[in-house]
Amino acid sequence: MKRRSLFLNSSATLGFIFLYAPIIALIIYSFNASKLVTVWGGWSLKWYVSLFNNDQIIDAALLSVKIAFISATAAVVLGTMAGFALSRLGPFRGKMIFSGWVTAPLVMPEVITGLSLLLLFVAMEGMFGWPSGRGASTIIIAHVTFCMAYVAVIVQARLSSMDESLEEAAMDLGAKPLHLFFLVTLPLISPAIISGWLLAFTLSLDDLVIASFVSGPGNSTLPMVIFSKVRLGVSPEVNALATLMILIVAIGVGLGMWQLRRQEKLLAQPEN
Amino acid sequence: MSGKPPVQAGPTVAAVDAITQGLAKYNFFRRVSWGRLAVIAVPMLWLAVFFFVPFLVVFKISLAETAIAIPPYTALLEWVGDMEEAYVTLKLNLGNYLYLLDDVFYLDAYLSSIKIAGISTFCTLLVAFPIAYLMARSNGSTRALLLALVILPFWTSFLLRVYAWMGILKKNGLVNDILMGLGIVDEPLTMLQTDFAVYLGIVYTYLPFMVLPLYSALEKLDMTLLEAAEDLGSRPVTSFFLITLPLSLPGIVAGCLLVFIPAVGEFVIPALLGSPDTLMIGRVLWDEFFLNRDWPMASAVAIMMLIILVLPIMLIRNSQGKEESA
Amino acid sequence: MTSAVTEMQPTTPAQQEIPVWKQEGAEPFLQIQGVTKKFGEFTAVDNVSLDIYKNELFCLLGGSGSGKSTLLRMLAGFENPTSGRILIDGVDMSGVEPWKRPVNMMFQSYALFPHLSVADNVAFGLKREGVARAEIKQRVGEMLEMVQLGHLGRRKPSQLSGGQRQRVALARALVKRPKLLLLDEPLGALDKKLREETQFELMNIQEELGVTFVVVTHDQEEAMTLATRIGVMNHGVIVQTDEPHDVYEYPSSRFVAEFIGSVNLFEGKVIEDKPDSVRIKSKEAGSTLFINHGISCSPDQIVHVAVRPEKIRLSHENPGQSDNCLSGVIEDIAYMGSLSLFRVKLASGKEVRITQPNFDRRIGERFTWDDKVFLHWDEESSVVLTS
Repeated sequence: MKRRSLFLNSSATLGFIFLYAPIIALIIYSFNASKLVTVWGGWSLKWYVSLFNNDQIIDAALLSVKIAFISATAAVVLGTMAGFALSRLGPFRGKMIFSGWVTAPLVMPEVITGLSLLLLFVAMEGMFGWPSGRGASTIIIAHVTFCMAYVAVIVQARLSSMDESLEEAAMDLGAKPLHLFFLVTLPLISPAIISGWLLAFTLSLDDLVIASFVSGPGNSTLPMVIFSKVRLGVSPEVNALATLMILIVAIGVGLGMWQLRRQEKLLAQPEN
Repeated sequence: MSGKPPVQAGPTVAAVDAITQGLAKYNFFRRVSWGRLAVIAVPMLWLAVFFFVPFLVVFKISLAETAIAIPPYTALLEWVGDMEEAYVTLKLNLGNYLYLLDDVFYLDAYLSSIKIAGISTFCTLLVAFPIAYLMARSNGSTRALLLALVILPFWTSFLLRVYAWMGILKKNGLVNDILMGLGIVDEPLTMLQTDFAVYLGIVYTYLPFMVLPLYSALEKLDMTLLEAAEDLGSRPVTSFFLITLPLSLPGIVAGCLLVFIPAVGEFVIPALLGSPDTLMIGRVLWDEFFLNRDWPMASAVAIMMLIILVLPIMLIRNSQGKEESA
Repeated sequence: MTSAVTEMQPTTPAQQEIPVWKQEGAEPFLQIQGVTKKFGEFTAVDNVSLDIYKNELFCLLGGSGSGKSTLLRMLAGFENPTSGRILIDGVDMSGVEPWKRPVNMMFQSYALFPHLSVADNVAFGLKREGVARAEIKQRVGEMLEMVQLGHLGRRKPSQLSGGQRQRVALARALVKRPKLLLLDEPLGALDKKLREETQFELMNIQEELGVTFVVVTHDQEEAMTLATRIGVMNHGVIVQTDEPHDVYEYPSSRFVAEFIGSVNLFEGKVIEDKPDSVRIKSKEAGSTLFINHGISCSPDQIVHVAVRPEKIRLSHENPGQSDNCLSGVIEDIAYMGSLSLFRVKLASGKEVRITQPNFDRRIGERFTWDDKVFLHWDEESSVVLTS
């Protein structure tokens, strides 16, 4: 028993080291003064300075944040509807297909999603004249499509773990369906919606492959710029950028999780 | 009901039934209402247009011929063209698929993708299991902390996490520095731009996808079962293989599929960590599209990839369905 | 609230003399008429008809899957009957949405909204009705005082104990002054001691407010204490509707007799059938059994005689009565505190259960294992069951 625990603990610890060592190394090297990235040349912030002077990166970052914000918001609306339809509206025609469409984007290889959406946009432009050209709007559509799947799955899981008699109680007390949704269901699934939004935001911010397919000229998102830089080798500026992004995400997610946990505790259905 | 005579006093049971049935339906319809319809229809329509129809378009274009035009493929069917012509074009352009099957390059790419995805999925399972097991067996706050530690990297950029390995695996990177500094090796090892780096990259980036389903399966595992097994004389290793493993099988299957499917089509990892010879189908598709600008061929590659992945995708749908009904 | 109380005044004395459900031409408040509910092939509720009167505390008693909860959910409007109809206060409820029914429900899980405070939970229904803010505040306050939670209005449900949550659920359901209150296993989640206290509280509140209660429960004791009448359900059918006393003393079928309390059943044949009495010969009992009420049955019909364990007397000496007197050997004694349970084996092999008040530390006849004993009971103590 003891020996097994030792084995278990050490292998799990190694696993965690495996997870975090690359990130930590990346962060440390971002403060490296040397241009040779991996040759240590003392501490320095100069790559951060040059990062903020790089207009290409700044523009791409702004574009990415804008796209991520819009995509995440739209994905939350559509994904919540989809999750709600799947878990609360009973059987309807085409439910099987619908739930297939909702879950398939989660595992679909990005190259396929990207290519298929691009070809759709091209075909639509040929047939209806819309969307004329490709750019932020086509990226947003693509991101909404795969992000809403994540939101739907999270919302659906939350709803199915929720006591349905809460909604019946609201109905019983005179709440019409719309009131019921906004006064009871929505507040109760809000943790799922918040984490769905955060997830959609980061997924959109992070997407390289799909955006590469569906973006137009002059609409490079941050991952596209990073990829083109990185393809040629390790770049100290990217290290600095990565550190910043990791920091922001760590703080954001940390805060979000803390807040969610508090909310969860409050919303917890007490055990009798 | 309109055909029936109006119900007089003292209606028969059947008539009462008919009326209440009618009312029940009316009630149901109202509860269905436009709101319900919209909640179903809006996301469904969105997915139909932007998820399902694109595959039809891909399939259609995979049957077209490449052309120097905008868009760079021939029309499959002229909208006013007669049937005969359509028939001719259709036949001609199965050529993309014939070429796909004919050229060993593509076949190799598919096989090598499956091999790389398979091996890395297995390695991911090996790395993930102890983590998930430890999480499932630890209590309250430790568990929450470990869970957060597993999920946190998932939130950080995938691209940057792959990139982080470039700095580590390089010829003059961290690992080689350490190994040489310790005197274990004299020459720097070539690790970047090898299949090994691709395996590593996949294991690393997809680890949370494996840990989470495993954890949720192991968490449900009643620990008294293991105690019962031990009480009945089974050694820990035996009870692991006889109890823990079979009962966590749904989690193992789900986790493996969640890693395997996207890994087959992976592009970023082979592009950044693999050698130019690392054949993976996602990369082939990318190159067909962006370098060769052969859209029909890229489409055919995508359709073939879908055909390969259809089975695992169906499997994952099934395993999810089971979990829901359980 | 005051109006409900004054309304009650004239009915109370009448109720004590003849219960309203026995009065000729009394207008039922809730009418369930031939209601059937099918889920696919499964019939959950099978052609149930039932009248419930104003101010009743009616218990639907049955095991799990008996259809009692489905019936309750149809009253609330969460399910629509497959056929039949439900009238509340003379109004047909077919097609009336749950949020429009003059009915409120207290859920088994209480279903308190975890994101709202206790006061907001109670106010929820009033706000939907569009009641003025000042009135909401006043009514919520009154209601919370009534359930003794006036000081906890600002707490969240997760900060309450089980008993407190139960009372919030009750307050929330009552504050809208429903004509009909539905309670789904209202005491099921409470521990035994709390349950007893709450039972009486519930009855007091019901009497005070004059609301008609329909309670679903699987707990026969709960039904016995609470109910004005009990409807026993089995396989989607109401098998007996009667006052608690009658359900216990005069079960109409073997199912009811066995479901409520414990009972000894003796199979036998009618040998003497008079309008006001029957005599039955039972091989199992090894005696003739005489019952002082008439039954409708065909001659030679196989019937069952039901005797409750506590109606049977135990003695060492032959009491000398020719009917209702069996003999056997004590097989087993279980000491249960206030009672002792005896298992006596008859010559036929049949085992009979008898309960006797605890005689320990008191003067009286004592019984022990393997004693040969006589079992006897009065002619009005048993019931003949033909089904």
